[in-house]
Amino acid sequence: MVSQILFLLLTLAAVGLFTVNFRKIIRNIRLGKDIDRSDQPQKRLMTMLRVAFGQSKMVVRPIPAFLHFFVYVGFVIINIEVLEIMIDGLFGTHRIFHGLGGLYNFLIGSFEILALTVWLSCVIFLIRRHVLKLKRFRGVEMTSWPKSDANYILITEILLMTAFLLMNAADAKLQTLGASHYVSAGSFPVSQFFMGILPNSESALITLERACWWFHIVGILAFLNYLPYSKHFHILFAFPNTYFSNLKPKGAFTNMASVTNEVKAMLDPSFVPAETEPGKFGAKDVTDLNWVNLMNAYTCTECGRCTSVCPANITGKLLSPRKIMMDTRDRVTEVGKNIDKHGQDYQDGKSLLDDYISREEIWACTSCNACVEACPVNIDPLQIIMELRQFAVMEESQAPASINAMMGNIENNQAPWKYSPADRLNWAEGN
Amino acid sequence: MEFKVPTMAELMAAGEEPEILFWVGCAGSYDERAQKITRDICKILHHVGIKYAVLGTEESCTGDPAKRAGNEFLFQMQAMTNIEVLNAYNIKKIVTGCPHCFNTIKNEYPGLGGSYEVIHHTQLIQDLINEGKLKAEGGESFKGRKITYHDPCYLGRANGIYEAPRKALEVLDAELVEMKRCKSNGLCCGAGGAQMFKEPEKGNKDINVERIDEALQTNPQVIAAGCPFCMTMLSDGIKLKDKEQEVKVLDIAEITVRANGL
Repeated sequence: MVSQILFLLLTLAAVGLFTVNFRKIIRNIRLGKDIDRSDQPQKRLMTMLRVAFGQSKMVVRPIPAFLHFFVYVGFVIINIEVLEIMIDGLFGTHRIFHGLGGLYNFLIGSFEILALTVWLSCVIFLIRRHVLKLKRFRGVEMTSWPKSDANYILITEILLMTAFLLMNAADAKLQTLGASHYVSAGSFPVSQFFMGILPNSESALITLERACWWFHIVGILAFLNYLPYSKHFHILFAFPNTYFSNLKPKGAFTNMASVTNEVKAMLDPSFVPAETEPGKFGAKDVTDLNWVNLMNAYTCTECGRCTSVCPANITGKLLSPRKIMMDTRDRVTEVGKNIDKHGQDYQDGKSLLDDYISREEIWACTSCNACVEACPVNIDPLQIIMELRQFAVMEESQAPASINAMMGNIENNQAPWKYSPADRLNWAEGN
Repeated sequence: MEFKVPTMAELMAAGEEPEILFWVGCAGSYDERAQKITRDICKILHHVGIKYAVLGTEESCTGDPAKRAGNEFLFQMQAMTNIEVLNAYNIKKIVTGCPHCFNTIKNEYPGLGGSYEVIHHTQLIQDLINEGKLKAEGGESFKGRKITYHDPCYLGRANGIYEAPRKALEVLDAELVEMKRCKSNGLCCGAGGAQMFKEPEKGNKDINVERIDEALQTNPQVIAAGCPFCMTMLSDGIKLKDKEQEVKVLDIAEITVRANGL
């Protein structure tokens, strides 16, 4: 009974704490400007099913796709086991679903195989990071916290799977010993091999089985509460992030409606624009971005596929699309903390542009969309870069001199170079 | 040129309408290397007998480099001015010689009141090959020659057009080789996003050199392009590598014109 109460309290505390932190993140995302992504629900649903659920963009890199697939399927399916653990924990039962008989055996057997593949995949992931030292996991933005974050996630998953398999091994051995309370249920294709190394005494086995059971579930609850602080948040946000992702061709940049009104009024004096709020052009800080940009930032799992295909980054420039996303998340988290501490209108005098992302970074972008294409969860770093450029150019007139010259040429000669518009058809004279 | 390139103003004065408007673009109008491509596109249009016209001095920058540089105001000024001209001429279909113009008119003009059917010249060439109006006969033979095609970002990733330019090359019976980074994974030439008009940021290599190194790994005789900016970047890269004699950088329109002896 004591353990049931303890279990209930732990679960409530964990879920409660997670809810508080999760709502803070939602609040932070809502600091972004509005953008309508409610159109074409069917297409959106299909995109989510294909990209997030079906992992369609992962397959570009087959090895990590294969390993990630195991961890992903393991995560989704082993959660069925968590349901049983929850019920057992609350009602003091043991393996409540054992009545399913053959199906139960099949399920437990499958979980074990998945647990083993998750375990192996995570070990290989650690090897890729620390032994093979893949370039993708390095870079200026991969400072100590992002690196540790990745390690914590992988080690936790390895420990959780180890506990799960040891728990089953102890349970299986208890079943063969005919221990009361331990009903004969489940099949143990993996953990049967550990039975030999376990102690033979019933009490020691029960202690081990209970310890692993508690470690597994407490570990899961702790991990749940780690998510809001971690890049691992993608396991939840990959789904809404792909659902609300851009459905237009990647080359189609949004036309700013406020500018359209001004230009129309200039070209046609009789045009009366609809009342719109005087906003600023582009983005200086995260609150100038839209909520999809901010959700993108919370979804990023820092895999670095974007940066590894960025032509600027490949050739040694400062720009890294992954850093753009990480900076955006760090900044919006900071803004959120300021709100919690000092209230809604507090200004800390800092901004995303300059304090986090430098001018040198934003001007190195070729807008080639390689980063957008590479992202397995449809994050769009390019849109944030463009918003920052818009602020620099339209609010501050702070473009590089040669860019100003190019724009001056367009204004005066209708071409980005200094040629006379009268000569535009001269090519037709040549051979 | 052996024939006169018709302008919209002339057609209008004669009470005629073109089947398609050829949007030349700034590079195609002023850049010496790109002018050759422009003339070749006209040669193709002329050869197959499509009724076309250009805007001539009435054309102006689509606003693409201004928009990618963050100057939305200048972009929309350009866009609306162009749309006014296009709509006044009642234009329905446009072929562009530049993926940037293509992308901007196709994707960003409709929201500002300019909706047209827009195709890139490689798509036009593909259509003409499919219709049997263009072959690869009567000119230079590309048979067995090694050609690698560089995907322009604003044609490929931006608009998902990977097949049309390749189809236009397949007809040559040449040996098409792909670079390691191609199609949706293609590497930018380094000119997009208004980079064409500024010096690159500090780094350890220029993007066009990175791309040329990759192209040269395929040991090509021809590097095929479909964008005047890529053309500049790739040609500069080839010059830097001192490979101008062995490797030619040619636009798909140029290759088509040569193969057909136009």
